[in-house]
Amino acid sequence: MVTMKKNKKSPWQVRRDIALQVVAIVVSLVFLVPLFWMVSTSLKESTQVFTNPPQWLPNPVVWNNYAEAVTKIDYLRYSGNTLLVSVTSMIGSMLSASMVAFSITKIEWFGKKLIFPLVLGSMMLPYQVTMIPVYIIWRDLGLTGTYLPLIIPYFLGSSYYVFLLRQFSMTVPNALFEAATIDGASYGKQYLTIMLPLIKPAITSVGIFTFLGSWSDFLGPLIYINNERNYTLTLGLYAFVSEHSVDWHLLMAASVVFVIPVIIIFFFAQKQFIEGITLTGIKG
Amino acid sequence: MRSTGNKVSRVGFFQNPIKRTRTIWGFLFSLPWIIGFLGFTLIPIIQSFYYSLTEYSIFRSPKWVGLDNYVYLFTRDRLFTTALKNTLYMTVFGTALTLIVALLLALLLNTKLRARSLFRTIFYIPSILPQVASSLVWMWILNSRWGLLNNLLNSLGIASVNWFGDAAYTKPSLIMIGVWCCGNIMIIFLAALQDVPRSLYEAAEIDGAGTMSKFRHITLPSLSPSLLFQIIMGVINGFQYFTQAYIISNASGAEQRTYGPQNSMLFYAGYMYSRGFVNFDMGLASAMAWVLFIIVAIVTVIILKSSRRWVYYGG
Repeated sequence: MVTMKKNKKSPWQVRRDIALQVVAIVVSLVFLVPLFWMVSTSLKESTQVFTNPPQWLPNPVVWNNYAEAVTKIDYLRYSGNTLLVSVTSMIGSMLSASMVAFSITKIEWFGKKLIFPLVLGSMMLPYQVTMIPVYIIWRDLGLTGTYLPLIIPYFLGSSYYVFLLRQFSMTVPNALFEAATIDGASYGKQYLTIMLPLIKPAITSVGIFTFLGSWSDFLGPLIYINNERNYTLTLGLYAFVSEHSVDWHLLMAASVVFVIPVIIIFFFAQKQFIEGITLTGIKG
Repeated sequence: MRSTGNKVSRVGFFQNPIKRTRTIWGFLFSLPWIIGFLGFTLIPIIQSFYYSLTEYSIFRSPKWVGLDNYVYLFTRDRLFTTALKNTLYMTVFGTALTLIVALLLALLLNTKLRARSLFRTIFYIPSILPQVASSLVWMWILNSRWGLLNNLLNSLGIASVNWFGDAAYTKPSLIMIGVWCCGNIMIIFLAALQDVPRSLYEAAEIDGAGTMSKFRHITLPSLSPSLLFQIIMGVINGFQYFTQAYIISNASGAEQRTYGPQNSMLFYAGYMYSRGFVNFDMGLASAMAWVLFIIVAIVTVIILKSSRRWVYYGG
């Protein structure tokens, strides 16, 4: 290995490296253009939006578009609603998925081997397969129109996150738990003092994914939320599009405001994102 | 030895306090999932099979009709056939293209690139955007008259394309959005690439293997397990494809609920949603749910079976 590093690059390799670098730059520009265009449009005057050829930079910069979009959509109310749903879902998901993962990796009982294949199976099950009867269940309980149909499933250990935490929990040595058992620690205590601290990175990933999934969810609110006052942001944005389909500067401003929390979370938690995805993706 | 041990402990379950505590705690910790699985997965699947054999508008109680719903779907419902075809199109071409681009980007990021983590971030970000937002951005970029892409095409002397207004271009446009969001799959491929032992490549180089040969005989086999998983997920997600098509086909200013020009954006999940929650035809929608369930199960089994021939599990 050391000897290979010392080899000088051949001219062919140098040219190849430069070509790859150029490809990477060009492709990343293509990936960035839609985002750039969203921000740029959001800051334009309405007259500048419809130009041919396109005007890349807004001139003048109209920050007022944001104020207008946010008041027209009732952004404050909808983001409050969305936060309520997302944060509670996040807590439920972190709590229940870690409990179930603990049960099927660290406790020797008959369910340990039974549950995992069912977790895998229900993870692959399309949402649509159970969509209708689950809706009827919530309707019979008189709870459609509330946020509960959107939140409660996360408190019941959604299979994808149980799977993710199970994969991570497998890497934690069982000896730690066996030693604790010998010392007389109950399973409840083991969960709190050993399991939770050790799988914290993976629980963080679960929290982030649940939050973002819930923040971005469209179909769930579309089915269950019918009162405009209770709309989540996705519904509010959709309703706004249907009414103002030509006010692209406002639509883009609204989209930017909707997307910013996601981008901020991403930059603060890049590591958890990458690790969380890798954890569920490889073993299959 | 083992079987006798088991028998003894099974007999002694109620007398064996250690085993009893374990079972109780294990059960308690799994209880949330057990309730969820029974209440929101297993029982609903069975219920929906019953509903699928009934005529059930949500306002009246279910009326038994036997297999009528299934017969109707496959013989008389032309929208269902269209939805099935469109979904198949999106699943096959959309998944294939997304996986290929994700793989190419992962390969690119796996070379000795400068500012690699910056590129990784850029490729990844579109995949975390809420679908509602990415739909809006692309609706604007692909706007037939004022959209950025047509403007750029025009400046190159290419005529405008009516992306979401021409039935021939709606699905390619949607696939384009999907490819733009391939970042999370790229991350999975990248992680798999980084797991390939360097020694394999070095040994191949000593044997005089070229770039293509190394890719064919080392990289692809090492990636095959994650590739398999992504293909299966691609099929499953393909049948759930909803949000972007729904928003783009409904929000393009049309007064009436449409599925895009000539129903070209009518997909399985969207049609099921309309049947269930717009027409309140819960029986028919349930039959669609069961058809979906069976299709996904069969396709998954076929892919898994075929995988024995092409997936390589190392170690």
